[in-house]
Amino acid sequence: MTASRVLIQRLGFGLLGLVTLVVVAPILAVVAVIVVRGISAISWQFLSTMPFNGMKQGGILPAIIGTLLLTLGTALVAVPIGVGGAIYLSEYARDTRLTRAIRLAIVNLAGIPSIVYGLFGLGMFVLFLRFGTSILAGSLTLAIMTLPVIISTAEEALRAVPMEFRTVSASLGGTRWQAIRTIVLPQALPGIITGVILGLLRAAGETAPILFTVAAFYLPRLPRSPLDQSMALPYHLYVISTQVPGMPLNVQYGTALVLLGLVLSLNIVASLLRRYFRRKRQW
Amino acid sequence: MERAAARGNGPAAAAGAGPKVRIEGLSYWYDGKQSLNGVTMTIPDRAITVLFGPAGGGKTTLMRLVNRLNDLVDGTRVTGRILLDGDDIYAPGVDITRLRRRVGMVFALPLPLPGTVRENVLYGPRLAGIRNRTRLSEILERSLTQAALWAEVKDRLDAPAQGLSGGQQQRLCIARSLALEPEVLLLDEPTSGLDPISTAKVEESLFELKTQYAVVIVPHSVQQAARVADVAAFFLGGELVECGDGPQVFTSPRNKRTEDYVTGRFG
Repeated sequence: MTASRVLIQRLGFGLLGLVTLVVVAPILAVVAVIVVRGISAISWQFLSTMPFNGMKQGGILPAIIGTLLLTLGTALVAVPIGVGGAIYLSEYARDTRLTRAIRLAIVNLAGIPSIVYGLFGLGMFVLFLRFGTSILAGSLTLAIMTLPVIISTAEEALRAVPMEFRTVSASLGGTRWQAIRTIVLPQALPGIITGVILGLLRAAGETAPILFTVAAFYLPRLPRSPLDQSMALPYHLYVISTQVPGMPLNVQYGTALVLLGLVLSLNIVASLLRRYFRRKRQW
Repeated sequence: MERAAARGNGPAAAAGAGPKVRIEGLSYWYDGKQSLNGVTMTIPDRAITVLFGPAGGGKTTLMRLVNRLNDLVDGTRVTGRILLDGDDIYAPGVDITRLRRRVGMVFALPLPLPGTVRENVLYGPRLAGIRNRTRLSEILERSLTQAALWAEVKDRLDAPAQGLSGGQQQRLCIARSLALEPEVLLLDEPTSGLDPISTAKVEESLFELKTQYAVVIVPHSVQQAARVADVAAFFLGGELVECGDGPQVFTSPRNKRTEDYVTGRFG
């Protein structure tokens, strides 16, 4: 009896281990393929110069800078609005039909396909507001796409801060905002940062929303103002792998590797920040 | 009975000074359910007023109404009046943050805020806008001394408050309220999670505090109630059954239900 139970347990653990492997293996395979095929393209020159000869030669600097600028622009717009909205929903808004509708809308916004955001950005920012195909229009489009993620994770992080802290603060003569500023926000910061980074990572890697709003097919110079067009890594990758005949394979994989590296390093920065703020937290 | 008759002058006799808080016909509903029903009583200054009775009697609710902490909760209704030094605290235009500085509260569980011992004690004064360093360090030492904690923490003022023992944390919370020099101090079962030695220390500081403040406490046992009460109020099902001189209520209660509870026949 006991022996068979032990056997079943071992079988169970074995099966679960196998399932984990099935999950992890494709990720490792993707990374491995990209690294193996793309590493030969990576050089300082590749990262720091303009493309030429129809992008078959030279570097991808404008695409890297473009993606960094777009991510920064997205953060500048989405973080204050997103965190502000989350604070309102979690700390001030009463539970009414209206706020429930707002929450439902946020959840649903997160599920909208990114190409729809792209079309909205084209109509709203590029054409109606006459920002043209520009970093500004692209950042705003990406920001709208990112907002639901930031709002819902930040709201969750704020709600996770024990209610008692707010009560204690109030009992010591604190206003609602004083409680938020001195206790709730600092305590929720690790969670908020996680949400912000998750949202920005998604924005950095998206192609569809920037397709009509920012992306230049081939623009071998750096953008000079927010109203300039720009190249961007995901779109550049799409272009060189489908639109340019005779593109060297290692340049395609090299570009993918750079995008992957960028996203990964953002992720690492986020984890470090989160760990730093979590260590400062004490409950 | 004789002893009560000898003292005879009612609750005010136990008090060191006149009335501090006057509660008149106070009723309270939450989500349509009534949890206080027409409570009328007086809380004297410079004395310990004990609110006791079985769980769900309305003691904590009453406390949270005296500093308007119940404002944080949606779906409540209050009727009746609470007068602090003769002024209705539910009158329109009352500065709630100022009211809460005048009426301090300590909760059943020790709830240190994130941060150091010093940050905890000075949280209230800093929010009130006190910046002067000398003034702040005076407040720090005075409050911790009053809460009988200074000797134990004076060398670790900048250590995390979470690192203190449960008893120390609770006295820290008392010190945190005292830092605002409140006029009324509400303590909701401040010793419920503490061992007997810590409990004794907290009670000791209560006797110290009542020389300056109006202290209101929900005790965690009838024994504790009897030990500290100058004035005792017995609550049952949201009603104030009996309110009187501490020793009288515990030795010769006038009401049958009070007697049953005090002698341990129920509750």
